[in-house]
Amino acid sequence: MIDSIKDKVKELLETGEIQGFLGLVRKNGHIAPHLFQKGEELRDMSLGDNIIAGDSRYPLNKYLMNIAKAYPEETFGVLVRGCDDRGLQALYTWNQLNPKKVLAVGITCPQDLADACECLQPYPENITAGDCAKAGAQKSVAAIDALVLSERFSYWMDEFVKCIKCYGCSNICPMCFCNECSLKCDDLVKSGELPPEIPVFHHTRAMHMVGRCVDCGLCEEACPSGIPLRTLYKKVGSIMDDKFDFKTGMIRGQRSPLNKIDSTEGKK
Amino acid sequence: MDYRTVLTTCTYCGCGCNFFLEVLDGKAVGTIPCKTSPVNEGKLCIKGWNVHEFIHNEKRLKKPLLRKNGKLEEASWDEALDFTAARLKEIKEKSGPDSIGFLTSAKVTNEENYVLQKFARAAVNTNNVDHCARL
Repeated sequence: MIDSIKDKVKELLETGEIQGFLGLVRKNGHIAPHLFQKGEELRDMSLGDNIIAGDSRYPLNKYLMNIAKAYPEETFGVLVRGCDDRGLQALYTWNQLNPKKVLAVGITCPQDLADACECLQPYPENITAGDCAKAGAQKSVAAIDALVLSERFSYWMDEFVKCIKCYGCSNICPMCFCNECSLKCDDLVKSGELPPEIPVFHHTRAMHMVGRCVDCGLCEEACPSGIPLRTLYKKVGSIMDDKFDFKTGMIRGQRSPLNKIDSTEGKK
Repeated sequence: MDYRTVLTTCTYCGCGCNFFLEVLDGKAVGTIPCKTSPVNEGKLCIKGWNVHEFIHNEKRLKKPLLRKNGKLEEASWDEALDFTAARLKEIKEKSGPDSIGFLTSAKVTNEENYVLQKFARAAVNTNNVDHCARL
């Protein structure tokens, strides 16, 4: 699979279609995000699989936003899996990236990763390499929903109380791009208190993931306390799907119901 | 256009978490916890996550300062080291080695800490060595 990606990126760089390709590289014994600008650098390219598939994924779209802000006229390529592709589509609708300046090179995820992630679409829309796996079975949310209310409440409170307020969930999140963050507003979240006020802190973030979370799962992987954040945001996503028939980033150009300003609304 | 991810180790405490500094055109713009690091496995504390922010801070100490006439002034390394060595000798002769204490740091390497305690014990003859682990 990696050879097809290398060939594709080499071609894109050589034709000048893109000025750089944001992907992953194996260097210093680690897997790191890397902006490929020359064909010869591709030798050490990685797809983010270190010991098991997808264990070294990074929010490349997030870093692409940093680069694109500094070089808005240039076009960049970016390595995407299904979740990253959904992220790109959502970021376009939120005007955080310009779709004309981004060229996604897509890879599929193997079935074991799709199952572990309980991913609804473990492949991007345009696939450069790999075979499509089936959607993973949805188990984690159902398991908690099956608890009676008091047990469910204690389950989440016991998880939230472990929070060390590192803001890693938000820092790693490819969909966290606000200039001003509610979670860093002193009036809402008091500084110097641990754990933060629960469950308000985590619910505030969960509310802000409405229509935004693309279920990449990087937040849960970044959490030093092992809080099952992915399950929390999967629940948020399932409510959006049930009530609004909306799955973030699944349909190109579709805006979140919370990212729409109805032009007739003010006139009523 | 120069975008690099530079592997380094957190300077805040002795855990040794690894991360990449996201460096765009020579300026550190972000911190990316290293997922393949056996130490922190892609996780960081709040201090580590914000470590890139102090790099370009104007208040960083870049040169030795000596207090002259009650005011801190920039000095050369030779001048600063000569002054410190002379004062340490003077204090040791006047008040004895145990009138001197050494505070080492979690922000430096194991080897540097070794050198400092060696200096305290072998050169100054005191066991007064403590550490800034109470961060």
